[in-house]
This record gives sequence, C-alpha cells and structure tokens, in this order.
Amino acid sequence: MNVPVEFPLGLAAALFAIGAFGVVFRRSVIVVLMCVELMLNAVNVTFVALARELGAMAGQTAVFFVITVAAAEVAVGLAILLVAFSRRRTLDGDQFASLRG
Amino acid sequence: MIAFWVVALLAIAGALVVVLHRNPVYSALGLVLTLFQVAVIFALLEAPLLALLQVIVYAGAIVVLFLFVIMLLALEPEKRLAAPFPVAVAGLVLAGLLGFALAAASTVPLAGAGQGALPAGFGSPESLAASLFGAHLLPFELTSVLLLVAVVGAVVLARRRS
Repeated sequence: MNVPVEFPLGLAAALFAIGAFGVVFRRSVIVVLMCVELMLNAVNVTFVALARELGAMAGQTAVFFVITVAAAEVAVGLAILLVAFSRRRTLDGDQFASLRG
Repeated sequence: MIAFWVVALLAIAGALVVVLHRNPVYSALGLVLTLFQVAVIFALLEAPLLALLQVIVYAGAIVVLFLFVIMLLALEPEKRLAAPFPVAVAGLVLAGLLGFALAAASTVPLAGAGQGALPAGFGSPESLAASLFGAHLLPFELTSVLLLVAVVGAVVLARRRS
C-alpha cells in the first residue's frame, strides 16, 4: 500500500495544531505536557513521511532522537511537576506565577 | 488508503480527547490512542522498527509515567477546564492558522522527491543502525549524556528534603 506523502503530512499538521491549541487552552500543567507530546508526535510523523518520500534514512534516525529526548523531557518534567504540586497543592498553571515581574 | 483514513481519524479523535477531557486519566488514555495510531502510521510508512519503539517507549514508558503521576497525586477532574475566554479564542485562531500553514506547506512539491523505488532494506533495523552508528554517531553518544542528566535531575528533584 502506498499512501501519498500529503496525507501523513496533513495528519501531522492537524495533530500539531490540536497540540498547540491544547498548550494554550488548558490550565492543568500535566495536560499541557501531554499536548507537547502530541506536537512531538506530529513532528515525528512528518519526519517518517518525508524520509520515505526522499528515500533518506536520516529522517527515521531523527525520530529515534526525538523519542529519546521526549522520554527525558517527560521524566524531568513530571519530577518538577511533583515538586511543584507538593508546594502549591495544585497543578493549575496560572498559580505558578512567583517569577512574574 | 482506507486503513490510513481510519487510523488518521482515530489519531485526531484521541488528540481531541487529550485536549478537551476534564479528567486527566482520560486525557492520558486519549494520548495512548493517538500514540498507537502514530505507530500504525510509522508501520505503513516503511518504518517498522520506529513503530515498535513508539509502542514500547511512548505507550509503554511515557504514558505509564503520566498515569503514575496522575494517580499518585489523586487528581480530581478539573472544575475550571480552560483558560479565560479571550485566551481560548486566541489559541483557537493561532492553532487554526498554524494547522492551515502546515497543511498548505505540505502541498509544496519537494526537490528530489518520489524517485520511485526505495533502496532495498529501507527502514529495516539494519539500515537504521547503519545511519545511527555511522553518520549520526556523535548525536547518539550525546543522547546518552542527555539521558544521564535526566536521570540525575529526576532523582534530585524527587528526593525527599530533610
């Protein structure tokens, strides 16, 4: 089966837009982290689709790195989130404003 | 083609659940749905090893970590889901423009695209390994340093303060 490259690219655009909307729209920091994961996945779909289109393995290698970085990001992000929750008893992003000038 | 449409619609449905559901547990489950569909798309696009990695690392590790934290904190469904109305509208407009721009960009013809037959063994574990340990050896090694930093950072942050 041969999917034309425009279809996965269009899907990636939709997923990225939904993720970006979620980052702006949601208050809960943990859901914002999930939306960042959505955006990273949209980028991965783009990489894989264009790797096949151009016949270049470098695209798939980039996805490998993105997955690794996403795993590290989630580990550190959730650890920060646990510390923040234990101090403020909330995950509402608007409550974490102590650095506001 | 039908398989692609089913997978794409399920992926978008999962993404909408992530963004719109009040209960963070359901958001995490919607994320699982989307991540599995992305794995299927990787498989359809000649990337079987990445499809496996996607399931193992994302669904197996990252989402479990999310669910673990949600349950550890015993998060309630949110009463105030969204940002203030103007911010939500601005986000919707921004996301719409972004999606439109990306979709429009994907129709631009590519230089050197579609040469027909892919090289033999394209997307196989061997070819990914050759690329990873050949041209991209330095980034690969730097990734191990990044993971070490993440492990140390997570332990330092999670340690109970005396």
